[in-house]
Amino acid sequence: MCKTANILNDTKEIAFEFDAENIKRANEVIARYPPQYKKAAVIPLLDLGQRQNKGWTSISVMNYVAKLLDMPPMRVYEVATFYTMFNREPIGQNFVQVCTTTPCMLRGSTDILNACLEQAGGIKPGQTSKDGKFTVVEVECQGACSNAPMIVVGDDFYEDLTPATTKKILDAFAKGQKPKPGPQSGRLTSENSAGLTNLTGKPYGPGEFCTPEFQ
Amino acid sequence: MSRPFRAKLRLARSLATVADPPVRRYGGLKDQDRIFTNVYCRHDHGLKGAQSRGDWHRTKDILLKGDAWIIQTIKDSGLRGRGGAGFPSGLKWSFMNKPGWEKDPRPRYLVVNADEGEPGTCKDREILRGDPHKLVEGCLVAGRAMNATAAYIYIRGEFYQEASHVQQAINEAYAAGLIGKDACGSGYSFDVYLHRGAGAYICGEETALIESLEGKQGKPRLKPPFPADVGLFGCPTTVANVETVAVAPTICRRGGSWFASFGRDRNQGTKLFCISGHVNNPCVVEEEMSIPLKELLEKHCGGIRGGWDNLLGIIPGGSSVPVIPKDTCAEVLMDFDSLKDAQTGLGTGAVIVMDKSTDMIAAIARFAHFYKHESCGQCTPCREGTTWMMNMMDRMLEGRSHSREIDMLLELRCALPPSPNRLTLMRRPRYSKQIEGRTICALGDAAAWPIQGLMRHFRPLVEQRIADYRALNGPVAFGGQSVRDINDEFAVPDNLGARLPEVGAPVRL
Repeated sequence: MCKTANILNDTKEIAFEFDAENIKRANEVIARYPPQYKKAAVIPLLDLGQRQNKGWTSISVMNYVAKLLDMPPMRVYEVATFYTMFNREPIGQNFVQVCTTTPCMLRGSTDILNACLEQAGGIKPGQTSKDGKFTVVEVECQGACSNAPMIVVGDDFYEDLTPATTKKILDAFAKGQKPKPGPQSGRLTSENSAGLTNLTGKPYGPGEFCTPEFQ
Repeated sequence: MSRPFRAKLRLARSLATVADPPVRRYGGLKDQDRIFTNVYCRHDHGLKGAQSRGDWHRTKDILLKGDAWIIQTIKDSGLRGRGGAGFPSGLKWSFMNKPGWEKDPRPRYLVVNADEGEPGTCKDREILRGDPHKLVEGCLVAGRAMNATAAYIYIRGEFYQEASHVQQAINEAYAAGLIGKDACGSGYSFDVYLHRGAGAYICGEETALIESLEGKQGKPRLKPPFPADVGLFGCPTTVANVETVAVAPTICRRGGSWFASFGRDRNQGTKLFCISGHVNNPCVVEEEMSIPLKELLEKHCGGIRGGWDNLLGIIPGGSSVPVIPKDTCAEVLMDFDSLKDAQTGLGTGAVIVMDKSTDMIAAIARFAHFYKHESCGQCTPCREGTTWMMNMMDRMLEGRSHSREIDMLLELRCALPPSPNRLTLMRRPRYSKQIEGRTICALGDAAAWPIQGLMRHFRPLVEQRIADYRALNGPVAFGGQSVRDINDEFAVPDNLGARLPEVGAPVRL
């Protein structure tokens, strides 16, 4: 799970600081935890930092977060290398994560992965395309198994894919557009795609069917 | 024994010939009995929509009933934890209220485990994005039951949209005075906070989740001390699954006996099932516990792709439980006890269906990759063992293996009565072999169960694959080296089985 990275251009000299908006957000996050346990905010703050730093967590991001939370920098490095969502290397404009765990694999995620790699110019999983537009990685279960196979682009889930719809989505991203997230097969979320089998009527209202004292 | 009682006993015996009560069939839950009415996000997930669907209805009265009443209601309802272990929820919550707890000055926490990462599981996601107010209200009710001061909802980092729905719900509830100081006007103060993770399956284990919430690597802690004594930030803590917490207010309003009227004894209630894999229409659905697996698939998912006869096997509870073959699938009921009797488990209710086009070995080998990737690396047996298992499974996938290695693989993890409790540890007796019971958490154990299921029901398939490879490429020594390539001029370890007399050599059928 841990990955160590020695990136040539990742030096402490490239300065990093939160912009004004992120400072505000960071203070909101820190306020959620007891004052003596400020370091609990390390994961949310690294996430903020990664977002501001073009999608990857550089050494300066980690040092900055360490300073902000009064933590030894090493404790921050430990966290940043443990969790898979922190990229320790620069990524392309669009970060494409393809789920290939068994439930997706059963529904054909291998073809989806190949379609993504091909669309990004014949790269290998984990690489960035030459034009810098796509980084494609294989990931473990993303928790959308009833909508398999699926990919994640940025923060959005694209579900119920076929190789053709995958290509369409990535084409749109290459042009700078943002296709509509969610299932691409026409269904809304995770209902039976042949028509609702339950929850067809109007939902019951407040107090209905409750015991007499709660009606 | 007193006389009247004996007389009664005899009376009962004499009537034993009376016809058995009619056999009850489970399943066919009506919409009016579904708790999660916005699973498919057809309606507004905000406060207004939630209130129109009955959330936050007289929550103040529930809170004013007090902790003992809520816990008793949950106990009466028979609710068992929905995160995989199935521990009785009322009992678990009551651990927080030990005698003299009022004298403890420490804050007390409820932590909601929304780090849904078990392959096949996507039920909590639908609650988080469709019914977030049920969860926030559930935090308040469950928090009141265990006299907690605050709740942290730990959502896996990948669920960005879901986290924003929950944050919206929290903000709305604060603005409406439903949580915070004097929650719902009950005089009880309660805060709810959201915390996003950053992608680690192991953080679904309760102590790893606490570690992660404290801003450290998600590595499980040794128990005891249990979280109810020393948990988050050193304070009493209870970790509960999203679904368990979110059903609590509805149970309180509709009564424990209503919830207990569904499902078989000791497996009561309704449950969200998520079906994936080779069914015609995969979906997430709330159904009655103890619904027959076959009925669940045919009623809500349009049946198996290519008909029931095209079925190969089903994993009924997420990646950590063993697979069951077709014949068993036709008989089992979807509840804790029935699946346990079938040597598998309900787990999270994630049904992964595989039809005859599936390469079962590849499917299970992929799980071995998953566990290798997700092992946190703290305990040596798990860190090394998951890698070994992955390598062995990869070789068995192509057949480059010796048939005796199947038993070696099983010995690595040992065959034992399966108890797929991913999220509980040290609650069951330790069966010691190489890895099971030698690690802090149950991930190492869980990694073994899918492979045990494969070997229990599909061993001939694996043996056939090995025999086929052998017929093409000659015998293989332990560890995958071809016997042909071994040069006896050099020192060769004698434990590779390369020069074993051909006892029980695989025969090509």
